[in-house]
Amino acid sequence: MTLVCILDYGSGNVSSVNNMVSQLTDSKISNLANDLDNCTHIVLPGVGGFAAAMTKIKETLPLESLISNLEKGKPFLGICVGMQVLFQRGDEFGSVDGLGLLEGRVSKLSSNGLNLPHVGWNSIESVKPHALLSGLSKEDDFYFTHSYAPEGLNEDTVIARTEYGESFTSIVGRDNLLGVQFHPEKSQSSGFKLMENFLELS
Amino acid sequence: MKKQRVIPVVLFRDGFVVQSRGFREFKKLGNPYSTIKRLSEWGADEIIFLDISRDEKWSQIRTDTYRVVAMDFLSVLKDSAKIAFMPLACGGGIRTLQDAEARISGGADKIVVNSLLFNDPKLVKGMVTEFGSQCVIGSIDVLEANSDYTIFVDHGSQKISMGLCEAVSIIQDLGVGEIFLNSISRDGSKAGFDPTLIDYVASMVDIPLIVCGGAGTETDFEFALKRPGVDAVAAANYFQHTELSVYRLHSYLVQVGCNVRPPRHLKLGEMK
Repeated sequence: MTLVCILDYGSGNVSSVNNMVSQLTDSKISNLANDLDNCTHIVLPGVGGFAAAMTKIKETLPLESLISNLEKGKPFLGICVGMQVLFQRGDEFGSVDGLGLLEGRVSKLSSNGLNLPHVGWNSIESVKPHALLSGLSKEDDFYFTHSYAPEGLNEDTVIARTEYGESFTSIVGRDNLLGVQFHPEKSQSSGFKLMENFLELS
Repeated sequence: MKKQRVIPVVLFRDGFVVQSRGFREFKKLGNPYSTIKRLSEWGADEIIFLDISRDEKWSQIRTDTYRVVAMDFLSVLKDSAKIAFMPLACGGGIRTLQDAEARISGGADKIVVNSLLFNDPKLVKGMVTEFGSQCVIGSIDVLEANSDYTIFVDHGSQKISMGLCEAVSIIQDLGVGEIFLNSISRDGSKAGFDPTLIDYVASMVDIPLIVCGGAGTETDFEFALKRPGVDAVAAANYFQHTELSVYRLHSYLVQVGCNVRPPRHLKLGEMK
């Protein structure tokens, strides 16, 4: 039986994520170590700037317990800023340290003259096969809304890329640690499919 | 490839979804949940949900049971957000940071600010810092008279002395993520989007531009989407009065070569 712990650090859109996850399985919105220990899957949602998110994460989340659960191999999905904070540093509103779980830095998209933020539905191109992408193709669109994206990553951690003026990393992952730049909770049937795939990981 | 967006606007006034004309005439259409559920199931790209209530007190009453189901916009928003698996932008009555926070925690993915852009630009800047650019949409209501454009705030009732050009540049400098440009003159007119207004503003902005006001036919959307600098087209009445509007509109736009998502119908139960 899966039980998803949706981490609440005051980022705002936990309820959107929960609206989707609770359609699929049991879920709990929490910031307690106990719930992290008892769940089978962890989701870190996110909207807003990197710096503000990191401050709130450090203030409200039981990071030691989060790390120890990640080390145990519990599947983890970071969404948007929840993915960006996995990296070493972020440049939005001043350079700030991230959680440093993945190699790389979150910088402003260059977009080559296209309008920023990158807002709207865009496709993803898989770089390597991954269970998270099972049943999904280039025809599936996901909802993006961001101006920053990770760069300088270890290429082995890139699962999918997206084109917007430049090609940027839209899905990252290393073992049980996964992150998406878009919002599956706002991506209708394609979002449901991706979330379902995540819940099937163990 | 990134798609352009087609965005239904849902106008909520004193407990009902309404149709608006010229920002002055309103006709009650019905229930916000069923409207948003329908738009969600028909795969709308995004929804802009605007509270344009003028009465301090109202009750939303179910027309079948006559039971009061809500008496404030936030609880309407919370219930609506549960069935919206696409982005939901929410505006109207946002005067403080707490107002914005309440809408976001109530399920809004973005907030739409209009009067606040001029009444308290500092606060808008604060919202951008707090929630990120991508979360704040700056909405401008423009009236055309004698081929001149004037900005109005407070539901189109207060004239702003600042020119359109200056206003757009100031609003962009606040760091908002998108501009929602609405023509008061075309509102509810079905006369088509105002191409002069669109081109004028599009030439000034480097953030995504959503245009609204005047959509009457599928070709109106097509022409607006094909203008340079337009990222999204929005309309309210069109999506309320046209049969299978979202599906048919997307089919048409794909057929004529617009870069939008193909039409779809998603029953929630089937999505899982």
